[in-house]
Amino acid sequence: MKENLLNTDSSKVPPPEGFREAYILHLADNALILAQRNAEWCGHGPVLEQDIAITNISLDLIGQARNFYQYAAQITGGDCDEDKLAYLRAEREFKNCLLVELPNGDWGQTILRQFFFSTYQFLLYTELQKSSDEQIAAIAAKSLKEVTYHLRWSSEWVIRLGDGTEESNQRMLRAIENLWMYTGELFQSSPYEIQSANNGTGVELSLLKCKWDEKVERVFAEAGLPYPEKVYHQTGGKEGRHTEHLGYILAEMQYMQRVYPDSEW
Amino acid sequence: MDPEVPALSVIDLGIIRDILIHENEIEISITPTYSGCPAMDVISMNIKMELLANGFNNVKITTALSPAWTTDWMTEEGKQKLKEYGIAPPNPKQQVCHTDLFVPDEAVQCPLCNSYHTHRVSEFGSTPCKSLYQCNDCKEPFDYFKCH
Repeated sequence: MKENLLNTDSSKVPPPEGFREAYILHLADNALILAQRNAEWCGHGPVLEQDIAITNISLDLIGQARNFYQYAAQITGGDCDEDKLAYLRAEREFKNCLLVELPNGDWGQTILRQFFFSTYQFLLYTELQKSSDEQIAAIAAKSLKEVTYHLRWSSEWVIRLGDGTEESNQRMLRAIENLWMYTGELFQSSPYEIQSANNGTGVELSLLKCKWDEKVERVFAEAGLPYPEKVYHQTGGKEGRHTEHLGYILAEMQYMQRVYPDSEW
Repeated sequence: MDPEVPALSVIDLGIIRDILIHENEIEISITPTYSGCPAMDVISMNIKMELLANGFNNVKITTALSPAWTTDWMTEEGKQKLKEYGIAPPNPKQQVCHTDLFVPDEAVQCPLCNSYHTHRVSEFGSTPCKSLYQCNDCKEPFDYFKCH
């Protein structure tokens, strides 16, 4: 009964997926939800050029998400398509990491989240270029070029703000405090990531962890920011257990399709 | 034509990867410039409309992601057209496509007065493929089609 309340038209919802679809959806959801968050800055950026930068990054991420959703829809078959996957799945079906759904906070927090995620995505896509799944490898190679820009841009901003004024430094310290406990999940493999890594389509995440730490340490050192101590890490997003924030994102993002099913523009 | 950069044809841009002529169908394989480029859907539709208008009824447009598009595939003629249109064409070598920080700006030539004495205003510009520059000599701001 509860399920029916969530999905009023069950015929439109794709059938339950195997680990391959789950993995591709996870890659897509990460990109889409961060894109949606970054897009909230549209028209609100601190200066025009940076408003354009963050929304450009948002656009790149939507493009990556579309490529992954189209591929997942193709595997699922039937009348499944990218829009159904983005607009007609409920909160528990989304497989993105908690980090990407967190509120934007101030500019510093948005920048730091982008830096953490771009560093991760850069390392992940670098490896995924070697995926035995040709389509995943192609999307990764294509996206990597864009992520390179995102990583450079966000790294420079972390340094600029960390090493800027007393206030910008304080704000970055607060951002680290708010976000750090969500970074551990990036490297905590879900069952579908383990299965994908085992059959050569995915990546063994523990291999990325050292390089991620190294990059973050290097940029933090240059930014005059302390490398955080070990904390308890929040997890669950990859398997559909989200923070209270995701529901609100979906409510806004999916509103049109829910209220006017199959509407197009 | 690229709707965002009307000076360029799809051939100039280097996004047509293959044209296959089957028995009674033409298949055109295109590759996106940037993953999220909103112009791609329009480009794909325009190609189809153009061919239909020329009497080709059975047209199929497919997308090929690999190998990933690079500005090195842009034709020399295309680069010339870009410059005439007022957009600085991409530099031939991928000078800045790495993650090193605070690298000096690329030497980008002003498409208006040809000076190399220019600076980058923003790495991200009006479309995903461009960044914003300004000429220090003639003071004009201009778009640079960034290397990719």
